[in-house]
Amino acid sequence: MRWLEYIVFLLIVVGLARPAGLYLARVCQRRRTFLDPLLCPVESVLHRLLGVRPETEMAAGVYITCFLLFGAGCAIVLFLVLMFQRWLPGGPADAYLTTPMTPDLAANTAVSFTTTTTWQAYGGEQTLRYLAQVIGLVAQSFLAGAAGLALGFAFIRGFARERSATIGNFWVDLIRSLLWVLLPLTLIGSLILIWQGVPMNIVPYTLVHTLEGRTQTIAQGPVAALEFIKNLGTNGGGFFNANGAHPYANPTPLTNFLGMLAIAVLPASLMITFGHMTHRPRAGWVLLMVMVALFLVGLVVCDRAEMAPPAQLAGLHIVGPNMEGKEVRFGVGESVLTTIVTSNTSTGSYNSMHDSFQPLGVLVPLVSMLLGEVVFGGLGAGVYSIVIPALLGVFLGGLMVGRTPAYLGKKISSAETRWIALYALLTPMVVLVLTGIAAVTKAGLAGLVTNSGPRGFTEILFAYASCMANNGLAMAGLNSNTVFYNVTTTIAMLAGRYGLAALALALAGRFAAQPRLPTTPGTLPADTPTFGALVLGTILLVGALCFFPALALGPIVEHFQH
Amino acid sequence: MLTLLTGCAFPLLLAAIGRPLFPRQTSGSLLTRGGVVIGSGLIGQEFSQPEYFQSRPSAAGKGYDGTSSGGTNLGPNNPKLKDGGAEFAGIPQLAEEYRKRNGLAPDAPIPIDAVTRSASGLDPDITVANAALQIPRVARARGVSEEAVRRLVADHTKGRQFGFLGNPRVPVLYLNLALDQMKQGGPSTPR
Repeated sequence: MRWLEYIVFLLIVVGLARPAGLYLARVCQRRRTFLDPLLCPVESVLHRLLGVRPETEMAAGVYITCFLLFGAGCAIVLFLVLMFQRWLPGGPADAYLTTPMTPDLAANTAVSFTTTTTWQAYGGEQTLRYLAQVIGLVAQSFLAGAAGLALGFAFIRGFARERSATIGNFWVDLIRSLLWVLLPLTLIGSLILIWQGVPMNIVPYTLVHTLEGRTQTIAQGPVAALEFIKNLGTNGGGFFNANGAHPYANPTPLTNFLGMLAIAVLPASLMITFGHMTHRPRAGWVLLMVMVALFLVGLVVCDRAEMAPPAQLAGLHIVGPNMEGKEVRFGVGESVLTTIVTSNTSTGSYNSMHDSFQPLGVLVPLVSMLLGEVVFGGLGAGVYSIVIPALLGVFLGGLMVGRTPAYLGKKISSAETRWIALYALLTPMVVLVLTGIAAVTKAGLAGLVTNSGPRGFTEILFAYASCMANNGLAMAGLNSNTVFYNVTTTIAMLAGRYGLAALALALAGRFAAQPRLPTTPGTLPADTPTFGALVLGTILLVGALCFFPALALGPIVEHFQH
Repeated sequence: MLTLLTGCAFPLLLAAIGRPLFPRQTSGSLLTRGGVVIGSGLIGQEFSQPEYFQSRPSAAGKGYDGTSSGGTNLGPNNPKLKDGGAEFAGIPQLAEEYRKRNGLAPDAPIPIDAVTRSASGLDPDITVANAALQIPRVARARGVSEEAVRRLVADHTKGRQFGFLGNPRVPVLYLNLALDQMKQGGPSTPR
């Protein structure tokens, strides 16, 4: 049954990729869609109110500046909402909010949500007011997701255009992403969640008298407003501490499955958008198949690992898979599927506790994040997180046969190679340096309150990998609500969002300005399985060279110890 | 401006459509008995008396704390998981208690969900195997036939959604509510 579920999931994702990808292309190119009669008036009102001139196009530098300013503005608004939440009216009562909203926690959370990381160093039901969750977190989940999608559109235009000085208008892309993609899908998705049992209210935490005469206080709130967009926008920040494991956030296997589709379908279909807009549809499919192959490998390894109970329970006559930190309604199947999907897509939502996963079970999400989330990837950001490794593969392939490398008719000269190399090196630099600092300083080691040894090291590496990949998954045994972790993870989140995006858009700008080379017999074809294998090999090779030593000290040594 | 659209207009619209359509779900699927709110159908609660089916162990606060969701976050090789600690029972201890409570042999195999803590600490369900092992004890404590309890469990077991999603499971609170109704002689109400 688990395998049937995995396979149905992949079939739906691949099956929806083409229709959804073509729709996204229409949204991106401002062509007609069936939603126009409803949304065009709203769009023009928004343009007028915000002073957007939709016909003005931007150069890459201007585009990225707008993206940065928008991110900064959102972060400041969210920071203020969080800092002043105590003056917001409405529940829950102060007595339940036991985690103080310190300035470092507010800043960390503000950056975290505006970069789609949604790293949460706090537990929602013990920290935030309802209004802060809605005005702050729901809004940012939409806006950060839309900004990511805009970025993806701009990057695709870099390959679709020739001799163009511009790559689109950030504000137009942002508003179209919101109106044509995120808002309508979220409204439908959220209603399905409500039908399945996700609460949507503003009542105080409810006191109940249980069957055995105890009392139980149940945290509630406007949960449904956040729980769908957190997945669709590949954000992942949940309403409750236990995120998607909480029965109110994710009450049934269906809500979980739907959430995973919400995460994966749009990033997967952007590959088809990419192929369509560059007039090389097969090149898009090849990239999508590379993703599916990597996805399957991760799924098999993680599933195998989690089907085994903890080794130290041997001889106790306890039967079943590793259920510590997993929910009965999901079992291993949906827990593993969720882990693989979220760790590959910069979505930090989870429905099981990764800190209680087997060593090899935790290795898979860790590697997925360290490789730069090439499988599906974050909404929009996922386009460049697979295309840039592909460019690196083209470059290496070009070196081997001694030709000037080119991808989809765009030449990769030394200037482009420099940006690509920087992009490939930024993640290992940030993650390994920060992990190193945390592993040798008192402040860093103080976070290891639950586990120690190789598992403790894995927790630290996982935290920085997650923040750099703008993912937000955590091995929650690490106590990260300290000034040290709030500051260092913020650095990783900023580098992962704005550093990588700036490099990607700089590349897009250069490619847009180039003419397209004619295809000759000497061109490396980008739409064959061989090319897919080259890309796959490049990703794995670069990843192994950068991270194998660090991984060996964490999950790998733990696996062989027991 | 866009914050107003996504952070105010959207949640209001969602509430405006969702609340009239699904009043029970939007209010947290609360269950009442005799005018008293006795819990939420989605949130697990603690049961320790022999005449009730027992939920999984919980790491939410001091156990099934609805304001403090979470798991143990202990790694599978962490010794604390086996040996326990201050106010924390290790898995062998939980297994021993489970066997004693249900009158099982010391080496009787038991399903792992009965001795591990869930991710949320509020897991409302147990596995079918876990429920089956508790049937004789519950029947004895209530003075009813095992067959009657077994039928009730079967009635309340939820299969895989659409036949392939997730795991079959037994929602503990609904089952225990039905048990109480059976005692009073009333018909067991379906959900």
